Amino acid sequence: MAIGLHDSPFKNPVIRWIDRRLPIFTMMQKEYGTFPTPRNFNYFWNFGALAMVNLAIMIATGIVLAMHYTPHVDHAFDSVERIMRDVNYGWLIRYMHMNGASMFFIVVYVHIWRGMYYGSYKEPRELLWILGVVIFILMMATAFMGYVLPWGQMSFWGATVITNLFSAIPFVGDSIVTWLWGGFSVDNPTLARFFSLHYLLPFVIVGVVFLHVAALHITGSNNPLGIEPKGPQDTLPFHPYYTIKDSVGLVVYAIVFAALVFFAPNFLGHPDNYIPANPLVTPAHIVPEWYFLAFYAILRAVPDKLGGVVLMFGAIAVLFVLPWLDRSPVRSMRFRPIAKWAFLLWTVNFVVLTYAGSQPAEGVWVTVARIATAYYFAYFLVILPLLARLERPLPLPESISSAVLRGGGPLPAGAAAKPMEKA
Amino acid sequence: MADTAPSHGTTAEPEGTRRDFLKLTTTAFAAVGGGALAWPFIHQMNPAQDVLALASTDVDLAPIAEGQAITVMWRGKPVFVRHRTAAEIEAARAVPLSELKDPQRDEQRVQRPQWLVMIGVCTHLGCVPLGQKPTDNKGNYNGWFCPCHGSHYDTSGRIRLGPAPSNLPIPPYEFRSDTQIRIG
Repeated sequence: MAIGLHDSPFKNPVIRWIDRRLPIFTMMQKEYGTFPTPRNFNYFWNFGALAMVNLAIMIATGIVLAMHYTPHVDHAFDSVERIMRDVNYGWLIRYMHMNGASMFFIVVYVHIWRGMYYGSYKEPRELLWILGVVIFILMMATAFMGYVLPWGQMSFWGATVITNLFSAIPFVGDSIVTWLWGGFSVDNPTLARFFSLHYLLPFVIVGVVFLHVAALHITGSNNPLGIEPKGPQDTLPFHPYYTIKDSVGLVVYAIVFAALVFFAPNFLGHPDNYIPANPLVTPAHIVPEWYFLAFYAILRAVPDKLGGVVLMFGAIAVLFVLPWLDRSPVRSMRFRPIAKWAFLLWTVNFVVLTYAGSQPAEGVWVTVARIATAYYFAYFLVILPLLARLERPLPLPESISSAVLRGGGPLPAGAAAKPMEKA
Repeated sequence: MADTAPSHGTTAEPEGTRRDFLKLTTTAFAAVGGGALAWPFIHQMNPAQDVLALASTDVDLAPIAEGQAITVMWRGKPVFVRHRTAAEIEAARAVPLSELKDPQRDEQRVQRPQWLVMIGVCTHLGCVPLGQKPTDNKGNYNGWFCPCHGSHYDTSGRIRLGPAPSNLPIPPYEFRSDTQIRIG
């Protein structure tokens, strides 16, 4: 880029003055205004924008809660109750933050599912995918530490169980756990550091989200057909087409979110967390929040401490190498008759794991969790690599426009604006 | 949406199109919603219910001898309660209003002449003036003296010299009995 003032296209003198010196308006116009976006997005492509909005909501509500919260074992529980009872609209803001975490995982799980179904992780979007997995892991760490802060029974025992996972590491495990705790049990030093990190990590997530979006704007978006746009007839400007489509999704998202916050704020939580933490009594049935249950089921499926921990972390880590496990050149499952059903079964299997994780680890649920764990890994490590060699994909359409605009082919400029026909 | 484009020619009116109306109403609706959502985030910084509940303080006057003063906390601030001597009352009432920066008669500042109750926060920039202890510097007018920027208050707590703009404020209080007041 040449040194010197930017050649701004804007007419407004104030905007132009800024844009010539710091071309942020040009950049926004390029990345969010005219950005060429495949014309055939379906509503699954809302969920990235929804995740971004959700992150903003979590940070806004979290900053407010931190103004009223006290990270000390003697005051944490009471300070949260004070937020609920005495702080103006504290109940609303805390319920938004609490259910916002659940909404965030719903949105991100759909977003990941979308990427897996339509092959968004494949070349050239591998790094984009990997950054997404990094965000997912940071989210899980943030959510876990946030759940500890109210210092209820589930907070305390959740923190105890999860930090004890690290004691499975041979030789140094116990030292690591002591280091995590800052003592010999989950106690005040643990709470204080979790609060500090819970405040820090969302901003780390913002940074990785920035990289995720930056990488997306290099490769461009995938789309339901999984084929690259071949020219202007296959794309639409991001604004107004997808700003509007994202807004429609945002309204539906807000309705679901509001329904949770106002009508069932504790539906996804555990009543035991309204009992102050007691280091002497473990609740009878201790389970993590719903969004961790599938991984929790994998942990419990293995009758070996280290093995369970390895598989649980492996279940997430395997996502990092997914682009290299699935070597099929066809991205979208629409054109993969076998892989499609294997993946839909994997989806059902994930739900089964989640349910199994919510049940006591006994009887039939142990068997169910073991079978489901086996399929979870088999899909990644056996089925996808094999199908890349064995499966015969359906013929791909010639182009996006030929597939979504009946009659096909490049269109005259005037008729190009007829996007409502898309899937 | 552009499939409405051909109809523009037939339905467009000089005042604006149907799309303009939809845009305006949608934006207005979103703005109202955004504003409604912003209010809880602003209001949460106002005093919480438990803070408001602590807004009154009872003071027992019996142990305060004539010529002495005590300082009590009310809403996180010091409140000066002074049992004034006859000489102090006399001095406060003898001052002509024309000499005062913030003219107020002593009778307006007390409910009972011997008991002066006021918020002990300098009206300049919020320091606590000296003058409650017998050993304190009471300033040129034998009342209170703010060490931060040199404001002098008289025996009625009125500003006489220095940068403070107004007299020490009087909190709302009432006599519950001859020896007890409730502030707030």
